[in-house]
Amino acid sequence: MQKIRSSEITPEHVYLSRRRFMRLGTLALGSTALTACGGQLGETLAGRSAPAASAEPVAASTSAPEIKRDEFGDPANSFETISTYNNYYEFTEDKEGVARLAANFKSEPWMVTVGGLVSNPRTYDIDDLRRKFDQEERIYRLRCVEGWSMVIPWIGFPLHKLLKEVQPKAEAKYVRFESLLDPKQYPNQGPFSLYPWPYTEGLRLDEAMHDLTLMVTGLYGKPLPNSNGAPLRLAVPWKYGFKSIKAIVKIELTAEQPKTLWNTLAPNEYGFYSNVNPQRPHPRWSQATERRIGEPGRRPTLMFNGYAEQVAGLYAGMDLQVNY
Amino acid sequence: MNWLRANWLRVLVHAGALAPLGVIILDNYRYNLTANPIQEITVRTGKAALVLLVLSLACTPLNTVFGFRQALQVRRALGLYGFMYAALHLAIFAVLDYGLDLQLIGQAIVEKYYVIAGFVAFLILVPLAITSTRGWMARLGKRWKSLHKLVYLAVPVAVLHFALLVKSLSSRPEPLIFGAVVIMLLALRIPVIRRASSKLRFKNAPFRPKRVPGSAD
Repeated sequence: MQKIRSSEITPEHVYLSRRRFMRLGTLALGSTALTACGGQLGETLAGRSAPAASAEPVAASTSAPEIKRDEFGDPANSFETISTYNNYYEFTEDKEGVARLAANFKSEPWMVTVGGLVSNPRTYDIDDLRRKFDQEERIYRLRCVEGWSMVIPWIGFPLHKLLKEVQPKAEAKYVRFESLLDPKQYPNQGPFSLYPWPYTEGLRLDEAMHDLTLMVTGLYGKPLPNSNGAPLRLAVPWKYGFKSIKAIVKIELTAEQPKTLWNTLAPNEYGFYSNVNPQRPHPRWSQATERRIGEPGRRPTLMFNGYAEQVAGLYAGMDLQVNY
Repeated sequence: MNWLRANWLRVLVHAGALAPLGVIILDNYRYNLTANPIQEITVRTGKAALVLLVLSLACTPLNTVFGFRQALQVRRALGLYGFMYAALHLAIFAVLDYGLDLQLIGQAIVEKYYVIAGFVAFLILVPLAITSTRGWMARLGKRWKSLHKLVYLAVPVAVLHFALLVKSLSSRPEPLIFGAVVIMLLALRIPVIRRASSKLRFKNAPFRPKRVPGSAD
């Protein structure tokens, strides 16, 4: 029998998406009618993404209309979509309202303190971080715990480069991140807010040292938009989006597992790890499938958001149903 | 002009109930359905369904307690519009979102309490919508009224459906507000409370409301 080369095998996500496409093709019901009607729903169901609400500068669109793609070949979402549809609860709980409220956010000057259990605690100016570490583009998938996902071309540098500079001590086991606390700039941090601000997140030290863990300073080759967490945010692509904390002012190495905002609010729903895991259902949102923004229907969610090859080893021997 | 004076509430209800659908269609062509349009229309149709169903529950107390008889003219329309949005909501979920993948839908129904609650609320509403015609009213006679009391179950289950899918109830109290209103509207149907509250009302107004045949109270 002739051996089939691995390059000839259709990857799972491709045939699953084909199946989905065929299923949609057979749906002569409402969706076809809607597609024929056009408009935003029609185009979404036909698999075309809607035109951007406000056009990008003409120069940018005429020079290189090259589409960025992730390693599976899926196209990146547009700058417009990424910067105008996301969660940033310090501003508002309305994903569409963030960009407007964030327009006047003051992200310069910006200082980031890195301390805790380190030999060389330091405070960096955001410009130092941009200059000191090579800024590279990483095209990552972002899977929100709410069941939607995007492909995003971030600009940034791996966190391990920064950690190497401050030299974690032997007792350091975790990294704690803290966002800006500033009720003057964040309307939803006001006196009636029910959230325990500031936003906090955490990683195990080996997760933080992983090369995929990115400190983000930009998007599509431009500075990070305010709505996406300017001037400095995290991107941990194999975890649900809320782990990728925005507007970071403090990074601390700790011996104990740090408290995180969502874990504090609803520990049964949002675990400390919060790795993307289609086998671990959430009471409200499907974690088995996701809606890729700009695509019709749903696609299967991949273990560790498709980064299993790189990160599964971090969790060898752990029960991921318990350590969710 | 006289016609409008007699029917202004009907006109208002039909226009108001169709407005959310009209706005969805308009926003579809204005590309104003967010980057996640299926999510957006799911939320919008669900909210419209809930608001209209709660309003339909308000009609009877508006008559019995506040003597606003015209409310009874629009009760059926409000209930049917509520059902229409609930049906749209379910169709969007099953067809546009899950592509009629019965395996995935089945998994979602079993796995998620909010899906179960929503599905149960819808199933209860189906026979009520079907038997909402005069013909069925006549055919079912007394049993029609008992059957339609099921709406007292369907609406709270629909509110529960909403409450179960909100990220954190303490920071998003909307379902609690719906819940409080529904509890109040149901409580006003309990004879003791109804009599006490209408007495309060009729201290100042000498006339009493007429009971309308077929009104579930």
